[in-house]
Amino acid sequence: MFKNKGIAFKLVLFFTLSSAAIFAAIFSYNYLVSRRMIQKGIEDNSANLITTTTSRIEVLLTSTQKVPQNTAYLLENTNYDEAELFKVIYAIVEKNPEIYGAAVAFEPYALDRFYDYFHWDWYQIPRELEQPQWTEPYFGEGGGVLMSSYAVPFYRVVDGTRRLTGVVVVDISLEELRKIVSSIRILRSGYGFLISKNGTFVTHPIKEHIMNETIFSIAEERKDPMLRETGRRMIRGETGYSTGSVKSAVTGKTCIMTYVPIKSNGWSLGVLFPHDELMADITNLNHVVLALGVTGLVLLALAVVFIARSITKPLTEMADIAGRIGTGDLEAQVPMVRTKDEVGKLASALDCMKTSLKDYIREITDTTAARQRMESELKIARNIQMGILPKEFPPFPDRKDFDIHALTIPAREVGGDFYDFFLIDRDHLCIVIGDASGKGIPAAIFMAFTKTLIKAKASVSIQTGMLMEEVNDELSKGNPADMFITVFCAILNTATGELRYTNGGHNPPVIIRRTGDLNYLDGPGELVVGIMEGTQYTTRTLVLNPGDGLFLYTDGVTEAMNAAGEIFSTDRLKDVLATCADGDVSGITACVGGAINDFCKDASQYDDITMMAVRYEGTGSENG
Amino acid sequence: MTDPKRRDYSGRKVWARALLFLVLVLAMSAVAQGQPALKKITFIPQWSPQAQFAGYYAAYEKGIYARHGLNVKILRGGAHRPSSELLEKGEADVATIWLSTALQKRSGGVRLVNAAQVVQRSSLMLVAKKSRGIRRPEDLEGKKVGLWGDDFRIQPTAFFKKYGVTVKVVPQSYSVNLFLRDGVDAASAMWYNEYHTMLNAGINADELTSFFYSDYGLNFPEDGIYVMEETLKKDPKAVCAFVNASLEGWRWAFDHPEEAIDIILKYMVEANVPANKVHQRWMLERMKDVIIPSGSDRAAMGVLKKEDYERVGKELKEGGLIADVPGMDAFAFTCAGYVQK
Repeated sequence: MFKNKGIAFKLVLFFTLSSAAIFAAIFSYNYLVSRRMIQKGIEDNSANLITTTTSRIEVLLTSTQKVPQNTAYLLENTNYDEAELFKVIYAIVEKNPEIYGAAVAFEPYALDRFYDYFHWDWYQIPRELEQPQWTEPYFGEGGGVLMSSYAVPFYRVVDGTRRLTGVVVVDISLEELRKIVSSIRILRSGYGFLISKNGTFVTHPIKEHIMNETIFSIAEERKDPMLRETGRRMIRGETGYSTGSVKSAVTGKTCIMTYVPIKSNGWSLGVLFPHDELMADITNLNHVVLALGVTGLVLLALAVVFIARSITKPLTEMADIAGRIGTGDLEAQVPMVRTKDEVGKLASALDCMKTSLKDYIREITDTTAARQRMESELKIARNIQMGILPKEFPPFPDRKDFDIHALTIPAREVGGDFYDFFLIDRDHLCIVIGDASGKGIPAAIFMAFTKTLIKAKASVSIQTGMLMEEVNDELSKGNPADMFITVFCAILNTATGELRYTNGGHNPPVIIRRTGDLNYLDGPGELVVGIMEGTQYTTRTLVLNPGDGLFLYTDGVTEAMNAAGEIFSTDRLKDVLATCADGDVSGITACVGGAINDFCKDASQYDDITMMAVRYEGTGSENG
Repeated sequence: MTDPKRRDYSGRKVWARALLFLVLVLAMSAVAQGQPALKKITFIPQWSPQAQFAGYYAAYEKGIYARHGLNVKILRGGAHRPSSELLEKGEADVATIWLSTALQKRSGGVRLVNAAQVVQRSSLMLVAKKSRGIRRPEDLEGKKVGLWGDDFRIQPTAFFKKYGVTVKVVPQSYSVNLFLRDGVDAASAMWYNEYHTMLNAGINADELTSFFYSDYGLNFPEDGIYVMEETLKKDPKAVCAFVNASLEGWRWAFDHPEEAIDIILKYMVEANVPANKVHQRWMLERMKDVIIPSGSDRAAMGVLKKEDYERVGKELKEGGLIADVPGMDAFAFTCAGYVQK
């Protein structure tokens, strides 16, 4: 589950972050470019607006200027008497609606009147500067109307020198000008204002600023040196933009200020563009773009989540299924994946694996069942096999003339070893030891069969060779598997100690003489029993003296192997027997068994180990 | 919707108000009987309302005059209403007048008395544009200099004489526009007024050369409080109450500049003169500089110094504006004794 989350998380993180980075880059670029474009557009537009405004103002001013200029020209070149002059002045005011008042002021005492106007700006400034001048704005007497005057000095040549004669002045209301400037509407709260040559506000949306404040007093109030510097550039007649942002006096918003001079009177038009409104469109656009971008990112993230899920969900399920299969649940359903991609392949592989495992396990289960059955049968067979071997020792407790003890250590599988001893009559003890070829059930059956045959055929009168021949013939008849068995069979006359025996391919037993001599009972090796019908076996005779014994064994004894691969060998057997031949028969078998055990240590046992010790004690009279 | 209970209640309120009114009337008449009626005084500053007179307007507005037992009426001054004339004619009991003006008047036989010399340092100055090459007094030689008339010419004349320069005098109006438009090379200015107007017309201080007459041995203390000798004789207590209240008003104005400026602006708006807060703030600050020049004591406000008096008298005499310098004892009355009361 965590891993699933991990992949989806990583994918989402990676795709979202990289997309966000790309988006941010595009957005920033777009923002900057569109901002520049909008700014430029606004600048162009405002340039148009400002040009229109200033030219309207210029038209107003220059058309006014012409009137006193013409009058001054007339006054310089014609002589008027007072009455005529009044007519002219009346005409000026009457015929020019924009002109509020007009006057012709002469140097002192030119006319027989005196009015102390010589120190007024409208008279003094053009006089001193010797050129027409627009005055600073002023409030007209009584009316509170904001006005400005245009004064033109005029001269006459007296005594050969050109001397100032007077000044023609017209007064205009600045109302029209105010209307022109206040018609400037920039966006929502942008505005225009006009300042005089001294920086005094001539028009301003805030009425209190007009005439009371200069751009410099505002700068001082705001402690804004940039505004002061801008104001200085304005009154110098420059055109440009404020180097910094200017606070709107109306809204307090940050504005960009542009200014252009009014050339006629040296005033300056300032226009404020509220920065945020300027950028409103682009800000809106950017909001939309941003919203789209964010939505896109979210959708992308969702898509990535979806894709990641479509990959990781079957993966998770398959991981789950694999886990369940691991714990043995082969009924778990592998999810259907229709795609032919890696996930699909993985799913079909998993399904295939599951099916194979299922088949395999079924097979194993069947095999195991069969094997278990077989093993149990084998166990039974072994039990039967062991059951047919005499196991009670001493077997004939009432007989003191001989003693017999046998020991068989079966290998893991059912082997073919067997031994047997029985009294044919009171004086004849039949001793048999054999080893069927092969292992398992066939060997066991073959062995049992042989044992039964021998027991059935054994009689007082029969020679062991004869017995072996009969048994061989019987076995050879129905032996299609070509099995054989090595058999050593002996009949001991307990009365005389005479031992008649026949060795059908078996390991030669050891004769343990009372004196301590140990000899392998050799004789010409005869054919193993059961492979060839009609085989002739020889009966040999040996006389055991009381106290003599016989040690019989199968190849499991001499061929017992240790971890080093050495076999126990006949020599080592003889040596071992030498050390323990004195004891009773059970002691001998235990002794040899222990020696083999010591020799083999932990090495596994391959073959049945069977041994039998017989001691002839005699009838007892001789030994006393 | 009528609510009888409510009407009943408001009826009770009317009764309560009537009762309160009665108590107030009684209390007021008791006060009126216990204290002498406020002494009526008419005061005229020598110019229209501005921070140059902040102390007087503040003393009035903050009830300082009333506290000193005065019922002061402040007349509106202006170019066409010279304060000394109103004082002479008896239209005003108290006036502010320049020391030089007052001395000339006194010398001319007008029995006015200096009750306090409020402004200690002359604010009159000559301002020139550095761009016109004027950096030292000597540079004024042959330049067009705007000068105001009458008493405003005494110091410049002495100044030019002192430096042996001859200038082309151009009569200066109340505006500095001629100077701003380079119609003159130098112009007269009051430090607290026109100088700041120039700054607020876009000229930077470092572009100007300023000649303070007070720096050139021509310190003519300006605004002083004047009364007619007759008035002083009749009621010296009231005169001194006015002086002390006015000085207190100044101190209050210096301590509460923003409030004082608001008071001034109110009067300016009433008088329909251009009101600019920044300008008035500058003016009040400069008034503080000239009323309490650096190094002088606040407690010594209003004292006419003998050396100042003699300097002004000497210059006036040398300028031929007065025949003799009147005795200072007769000219200046010190309210020091009354201050204690």
